[in-house]
Amino acid sequence: MSNVDVVVTGLGATTPLGGDVASTWDAMLAGRSGVSHITAGWAEQATVKIAAQLKVEPSEVLERVRLRRLDRSEAIALIAAKQAWADAGLEDAEIDRERLAVSFGSGIGGALTLLNQDDILEESGPRKVSPHTVPMLMPNGPAAWIGIDLKAQAGVHAMASACATGAEALALGMDIIRSGRADVVLAGGTEAVIHPLPFAGFANMRAMSTRNDDPEKASRPWDKGRDGFVFGEGSGAVVLERAEHAKARGARVYARLAGSGITSDGFDIVQPDPECKGGARAMTKAIRDAGLTGADIVHVNAHATSTPVGDMGEIVGIKTAVGTHPLLTSTKSMSGHLLGAAGALESIAVILAIRDSVVPPTINLDDPDDRLDLDVAAHKARSLDIPAAMNNSFGFGGHNVALVFTRA
Amino acid sequence: MASREEITSGLAEILEEVAGVNPDDVAEGKSFTDDLDVDSLSMVEVVVAAEEKFGVKIPDNEVQNLKTVGDAVSYIEANH
Repeated sequence: MSNVDVVVTGLGATTPLGGDVASTWDAMLAGRSGVSHITAGWAEQATVKIAAQLKVEPSEVLERVRLRRLDRSEAIALIAAKQAWADAGLEDAEIDRERLAVSFGSGIGGALTLLNQDDILEESGPRKVSPHTVPMLMPNGPAAWIGIDLKAQAGVHAMASACATGAEALALGMDIIRSGRADVVLAGGTEAVIHPLPFAGFANMRAMSTRNDDPEKASRPWDKGRDGFVFGEGSGAVVLERAEHAKARGARVYARLAGSGITSDGFDIVQPDPECKGGARAMTKAIRDAGLTGADIVHVNAHATSTPVGDMGEIVGIKTAVGTHPLLTSTKSMSGHLLGAAGALESIAVILAIRDSVVPPTINLDDPDDRLDLDVAAHKARSLDIPAAMNNSFGFGGHNVALVFTRA
Repeated sequence: MASREEITSGLAEILEEVAGVNPDDVAEGKSFTDDLDVDSLSMVEVVVAAEEKFGVKIPDNEVQNLKTVGDAVSYIEANH
């Protein structure tokens, strides 16, 4: 436990469900799917022809010349970060920029730029490669651009822990505030690599759903018919703030980020530990860090990506670390899997669940796996008083991150 | 053979595309960096696009001498 309270004062997102947090949350509560057919020509030859694509294109938000210098993952990170900043009431606030940090990562980084510029290199030669290529593809690009935009001077950090990235970014943000290095941290994750190459790679791993004829039904965590995750793009951003700093400026507080737990499996580069031992240790650490016990956690937004192995392993871990009582959901059933942004978006879903006393649904859970013996908010959102809740995020490489949020 | 006016107008198109410069602001006396706010990376893009548009080669050691739009127009006029 830390004696420094960290609170959430701003939220931002652009996702397959909406161009901002309000529309994304409305879509989640309504149980809408953000998954659709890929209309680009390459999909015709691809094994997987569906994805959770952004509802609002960055070109509708940012200027054309600005977008020329940004990888798509950087553009949407900036969009989400600016929303969170404004939502926190910080646009016109006089805050000490030397006490403002950024903690923002991506699972794959600027791969779209790398691939697109490689096409230019092959077709037109090296002189035609954009001079903006390096800052567009570097994995710290999203964090760096946010830092420039907000004039953050307490450090800009970019993590890369695959699908645990967004959650790990929030955990580091909390640590930075607890350590006394900053008062405010803009934290989150971003991902935008809908392109035939990563699609071929993931498809050849047999990791993605091939339910091409019925996209909205493809992401179905814990359902017997699940056959892999649905690739998504998007970004989620959160303003974390030292509670006393937030109070002093009269900020609206959504929730406390009360605890985090980070572990690694030390097991396999892509397979999760089948008993979720590392995941369970992360959950236990997060609960202890928050000064709580498993009994206090009434809701878990699970990592559950809709893969045959991972979904059920996590259930074992939740029972070990939390118990059999929490009400679960997987919002990936609607948003798809946003990879490096998933942990940030799902943290936002937990924060709003606490605020609104409602658990968003897990859609498509028509025929639950026989081993699913915990309560899930299947099909419809469910009202629940939530003093404390948890978000789980796990990633290729054996990264496990659990975050505990409590009512402020 | 393009006239100076035609070259200036061609550069204005490139500057708008690459750096968002208002074509009305582009004139021979204007400095790329000080007046038109073209940063160093965008200047590289302008040069590559100008080479293609006007069929010239602009070596890197020549680019540093092209301070104003007029400098670039003169170079292109003399070399294309």
